[in-house]
Parts: sequence; C-alpha cells; structure tokens
Amino acid sequence: MPLILQPEPNASVLRHRDMILHDLTQLAEPGTVQSQIEARRAFETDALTAYRCMPFAVLLPRTTEEVSRLLAYCNANEVKVVPRGAGTSLSGGALPTEDAVVLCLSRMSQLLEIDFDNRCARIEAGMTNQAISEAVGPDYFYAPDPSSQLACSIGGNIAMNSGGAHCLRYGVTTQNLLGVKLVLINGDVVEIGGSHLDSPGYDLLGLIVGSEGQLGVVTEATVRILRKAEGARPLLMGFNSSEAAGACVSSIIASGVMPVAIEFMDRPAIKVCEDFAHAGYPLDVEAMLIIEVEGSEKEIENQINLIVGMSLQHEPTVTRISKSEAESAAIWKGRKSAFGAVGRISDYVCMDGTIPLSTLSETLTVIARICSEAGFQVANIFHAGDGNLHPLILYNANTPGELERVEHCGAEILKHCVAVGGCLTGEHGVGIEKRDLMPLQFTPIDLQQQMQLKTVFDPHWLLNPSKVFPLDGRKAA
Amino acid sequence: MLQGIERPLEERELAQLVAEAARTRWALEVAGSGSKRRIGRPMEISGVVTTRNLRGITLSEPSEQVISARSGTLLSAVEAELAKHNQYLACEPVDLGPMLGEAAGQTSIGGMVATNLSGARRIQRGAVRDQLLGLRAVNGRGEVFKWGGRVMKNVTGYDLCRTLAGSWGTLGIFSELTLRAIPRPEEVRTLVLMGLPDSIAVEVMCQALATPFEVSGTTHLQLALAQRLRLPVLTNSGTSVTALRIENFSPAVAYRAAKLKDLFVPYGDLIELDHGKSLAFWEELRQLSFLQGSVDPVWRISTAPKMGPRLVESIRRYRLCHAAYDWSGGLIWLEVPDAGDAGADDIRRVVATLGGHATLIRAEPSVRARVDVFPPLETAVQRLTNGIKQAFDPLNILNPGRMYPGQ
Repeated sequence: MPLILQPEPNASVLRHRDMILHDLTQLAEPGTVQSQIEARRAFETDALTAYRCMPFAVLLPRTTEEVSRLLAYCNANEVKVVPRGAGTSLSGGALPTEDAVVLCLSRMSQLLEIDFDNRCARIEAGMTNQAISEAVGPDYFYAPDPSSQLACSIGGNIAMNSGGAHCLRYGVTTQNLLGVKLVLINGDVVEIGGSHLDSPGYDLLGLIVGSEGQLGVVTEATVRILRKAEGARPLLMGFNSSEAAGACVSSIIASGVMPVAIEFMDRPAIKVCEDFAHAGYPLDVEAMLIIEVEGSEKEIENQINLIVGMSLQHEPTVTRISKSEAESAAIWKGRKSAFGAVGRISDYVCMDGTIPLSTLSETLTVIARICSEAGFQVANIFHAGDGNLHPLILYNANTPGELERVEHCGAEILKHCVAVGGCLTGEHGVGIEKRDLMPLQFTPIDLQQQMQLKTVFDPHWLLNPSKVFPLDGRKAA
Repeated sequence: MLQGIERPLEERELAQLVAEAARTRWALEVAGSGSKRRIGRPMEISGVVTTRNLRGITLSEPSEQVISARSGTLLSAVEAELAKHNQYLACEPVDLGPMLGEAAGQTSIGGMVATNLSGARRIQRGAVRDQLLGLRAVNGRGEVFKWGGRVMKNVTGYDLCRTLAGSWGTLGIFSELTLRAIPRPEEVRTLVLMGLPDSIAVEVMCQALATPFEVSGTTHLQLALAQRLRLPVLTNSGTSVTALRIENFSPAVAYRAAKLKDLFVPYGDLIELDHGKSLAFWEELRQLSFLQGSVDPVWRISTAPKMGPRLVESIRRYRLCHAAYDWSGGLIWLEVPDAGDAGADDIRRVVATLGGHATLIRAEPSVRARVDVFPPLETAVQRLTNGIKQAFDPLNILNPGRMYPGQ
C-alpha cells in the first residue's frame, strides 16, 4: 500500500454516473465527453506513475464557453473536476479521483496572437511550452524552460508555477505571465491582467499562478516574450567532490557574474545522462556544473574568463567550454533528458526541495546518508544557482514495499530541506505527493489562511480535489 | 485599549493589538513610517498601528543574495546593508514621499511591499512582489501567519507573497519580510534623446527593448515635466527627454551603448550620461523629481506599452495633462492640473476603452473621498476581491475602505 491515501469517493456521484454523463453530453459539443474505459485509461495517471485512479469521465472541451458550461454543471451537482494539461506533473497534480471528471485542455492549443510591439503572446492553455518559443522565434522566446517543455502545457505551467534551468536569470512562470482568462467553478469567466504590467487591486494573477488548478481553470494566457541574447554558451566543469562544486556555485553567485543557468550533476547522474545523450560529459569526476552565459561574443568570453578565474580556487579537474552550437545542444540535451535517462535504467522518484545555497554540502551529505541507510541509490541533478534540488531515488516498483520505503526516504530528504531553511517544493508543486508533508513547513494557521482562499474561489472544494492540503484540512477552513 | 497611535515593539505585541481591535471591532489604520498615508480613500478609523518600532535586519546572506528585516525597517537601511556587499534590490522601488510633500527616504520595507510600486527596472528584473521571498504577518483576526522563506524557488502552497504585495495594508500587517537582492552592475550608462514626440519616443523605447542589449530603464518625459529635472544637461535643452539605461560589466556597457547609438542616431540629438550622472538621473527618477513642487493631482496608469501615447492623447482631448512614461510606455505618470474630480471621469473612460488601469496617487482628501482612487473592478473580480478581504480580515478592521468602499 502506498503511503498517500485518497478520500472515500462521493457515493451519490458514483450512483448517478449515468445521469451525470448524460447531462454533460447534452451540455458539451460532440466528442467532448469521453466515458469509455479505453479513453479514460490514458488519464488515470500523470508523471507520478506510482499512483493511478480511473476518473469516471474525461472532458476534452474546445472553447472557453464550453469549459464554462461544464464547470457550472459540475459545481451545481457537486461533481469534482481535475484540470489537466499534458499530464507531465511529477507531484501527481493531475491524478484523478474515482468520483471526478478530468477536464483536459489538450484540444485548446491554438496560438491566438503574437504582439511583438508589446512583447507578449496570447495562447490557449493547452499549447505546449516549447511551441510558444517556436511560434515567436527565432528572435524571441518564452523564458521558463522546464525539462518537460516539449510536452508540458502552459496551463500546467501556470498551475505549478513551473521553472526550469534558465529561471536563474529570467524568472519562473509567475514573472513571465501577464494575464489569464480564468473560468471559475461556477462558470464565470474572468479576465485577469492583459498586455499591461501589474494588477489593479489585489494581485489575483499572482495568487492563481501556482495554485495547482484549485482556484479555477485557465483557458487562455498572455505571456511575456523576450528578445534572445546575441549568443549563449555553456561550459562544463568537473570537480573531485560535490562540496567543491557547491562552493564554486556560491563563489559565482556572490561575485556578481550572472550566468543564465547553473546546473549540478553528481557522478551517478553524469554517467546515466552520458550513456543516454553522449554529450561528452566527464566520467571521472564526482560532480559537474553546467554554467551558461549569454551576450555578444566578447561578452561571453569576458564572463567565461571571470568564471574560470574564480573557479580555480575550487580546483576543477575538468573545464570545457563549448566550441559549437552542436556541442552546446548536446550538453543541454544530456541535462534535459536526465529524468528520461534515469527512467531507462530504473524506476525512480524525483524529489524537488529547495535549500539555502550555504547548506548545499551539508544537504548532499544528508541525502547520501538517508538513501544509503535505506539501501537506495540516488542520482542528484539540480538547479544549483537557486538551490533547487532534484534527487532521483532509484528503486524497483515491482518489489513489494519498496515504493513505501522510497517515499519515506524522500520525505526524510524534504524534512531536511525544511529544517535548513528551505521548502518542500521548488517547481514541481505539492500535488498529492507532498500534501501530507505540508504541516512540516506550515503551522495550522498558515494552512488555514491558504485554505480560506480556496473556499473563496471554490466553495464546495471541487477543483483538483485531495491535493495540496492535508485531507483533514478542509474542516479547519 | 487602543489609544491614538500604537507602536508595537514585537510581532507578538502587534498580534495582541490586532486581536484586541478585532474583539472590540476597532478599525485600524495600518502604517509603516507613514510616508504614503496620503494615498487611498480617506478612512474612518479608531486608531493607528504603525510598524515604526519593528525595526532591524534579521538575516543578511550576501552570498545567497538574501536579506530579511522586520517590516518597519527603513528601505534606506536595507539598501545601506546591501550596498556593503555591492548589492541592491532589483525592482528600484519609487519613493513617493517627496512628491507628496514628505521627506525622501522615509519608506519602510513594509510600506514598499504593501504598495508594490516598482521603478524603472521592473521591465527587466520584475516588480517589488517578485523580490519578496517570504513574509510574516498578522491578519485581521490577530493571527500570525507566514508564507515562503529565504529560498529563490518555492511553490509550496498558494502564493501569499504576491497576494499580499500591493494590498495596501488591507489584508494583513507585515512583521518581517525576506527579499532577494542582486549584484550592482559595474557600470551604468544612459543614452538620452532630446525632443522626441511621445509616439516616436515610445517607438524608440520599445525598439530598444526588442534588442538583445538588456536595456534596464526606458523613460520619456514630456517637456513640462522634463523641465523639473535637476540634471542641468537635461533641462537646458528645453525639450522632452527620452532615456535608455544600460547596466553591466564595463566592456559590455561600452559595446551595447555603441550598438544602441548606431540604432538611434537617426532619431535626433543624442547625448550620453556617464556612470555618475546616470546614477544621479535614475535616482531622481526614483524620487519622481518630475512630479515634485506641484500639488496638482497625479495618476499612475498601467497599459500596454504601445498604447501609452494614444491613451495620453485621448485624455488630452478632454483636459490639460502632462505625462511621463516609464516601462517603455506601459507606465504613465499623469499630472492633471485641474481641480474638480482630478479628471477621474475622463481618465477612467479612456483607460476602460484602451485597456489598463489607473490609480489616483496624489489628490486632496476631499477628491479622494469623492472619486475611486483604485481602479473599479468588474463584478466577478470584485466578488473575489471581497472574498479575499474576508478571508484575511473578516471584521474589516485593517485599513477599512482604503482601497474600495465598504471593505
């Protein structure tokens, strides 16, 4: 039995399934309501594949109006709704419940408008992250770049406030979003923000980003697009210890040089990624940094010289500056395919805590100890510039009891992150995965304050049920 | 019992005060150092709570670019601490004190976050809210709550930092804030074009931001406001002023300035401000020197950058006004030399048509009592706004009515 439990389904909703399906079909356009088991099967899990649950129907709307009609019905009939983008959540953010419909935005993936004058683009929420950059390229790009950017949707990015390697320089989703069209659970359609900056009144946009689909369903977004730098170049540095690599990161950050990304991989991660992507990573080092700088040719050289000069005190054993576009692409391919590469060799859980940079060495030691005591291998991959850790703990899903033990191990790591002044999740969201750990970081009053906001937007708590807050929480709010 | 002005020394004392006010249903005016008390709708209050005595830096980690301080700490004290490590706050918060007839440098960090009034660098480095990593605050029930922490990336729970930033003390009273800092650039330079009409100036500014040269400030002042600047080289010309800022390591600044000059020389007279003059110029912009020495009503309008000049032109059809543009045209400081409703009807109508939102920053109390100071909200958004207020301050005792009537 996995550690994370789901609540008892609403028996009345299950009993009236046929009637609800009939009503939804009446309200929806043809083809929107999918009730066959084969169609539902594809939606029973997301990227947290250890958990599965069949929803009782899947809705694939094509317009905001349709979303509005469907939500209004669900609200009136107390049917739970799990909003879903591309289903790439690593925290179980799109895991259905038995008594819920999945509302998937994949058919709403159109580019609506590119406004180069005002440096923004308006898109439907189902559009993928990468498709935005492709649409506004080659001179412009959309900055947040989660590793899943090929598949993940902007709606999902907004729900989780997704980051990525380059958010060290360009910020996460919330800094790159100007407005949304939001459908509330009662069917009201609200425009928040637009092509201007900052909100009138309370910052509803800031609240909605990262609310994990629990406050409303975003159907359209206006995002900032940025002009690309003249050039970009990564360099690789290998070190004899994780501590030395960590200290080098601190030196760079403290120096005033601002790389656009600083990524860290330890020996097991380097090996797995190199085997997969053939990126030319050094295999005889304990830790490696990928540091990327941007600018004109001269500016890049200048920054690289500063970084290399500064790194000498930390005695890197390998320093390799990319010499071509192809080499740069290979370096990033290795990093961005890390999760997939690890997945080829083993089942894993991917943790996502953030820590203050000064506790990096200590934290790596603790992670190693926790995992080795539990008998698990761990590969560490993370966004070092902002202290966002992704330990991948390898396990065998077919061995009874291992999932529970690996989850326990992950929880211990996250406890440590909180204890040293960090947090439970840097970019993957709470989902179901970290729901029951929330009291580690928050007092009951802290949580109540957040849950009271949930009630403002969704009085019956129907949107993305049983995520984010401990199950007994709702009563307190 | 609350008497006049309360100045709690500790978070616990602050919480007790608010809890007592909640019990007795006493409405509180919430103030930091009070430098922005003249903004907002006039309130009916029973007492004032100020965070003036909640002072002091509680964490300074230059190697992590993080600083925490109690909410009443002056922004200038936080900036002085950061300057020791050659860092600063990226959002360049504006100092409204001098244009409201108060001294400069009186803003507390609590006031800075509560008003979320970002300066020129907002276009490149984010708003005040984007520098806020964590907060501790007291809600209208007198409960202490926190959100966030001291790390750069954090999606644990709903984002209360952004919810409370810009809430003007109506949702909670901050007790401690944690902010992100960035390194100061080695060199700053400014290119200034003289005599451009608004529409061309906005075109230039937008074009500058569409280059890869990381322009970190874009501002355009119409002649009437440019004349109030202090830097003689800018006032002597007797024309409008359009300024573009470049910040980076010195070789990069030189390279980028040259590239931008090539691009904009065809637009007319162009002068360059060196590092020292640039610092002085952007510092006086932070203090809104171009709005000082006048008591005429001032609006702060946010719109799509390219819409800026059209919006100002449309308002000018109805009444005299002077504009300064920031954020490449997306932020307009509009001075309206006119009594009556401060131009509220005309301005609200035009903004509603062309998109964006307008807040009345400077006006007599009688005007602020008559017209909407904050932008009117559409029905569904107003309903959510009411709900959010209720969730934090169910008895409506924190700055009641400062933003919207009845709450």
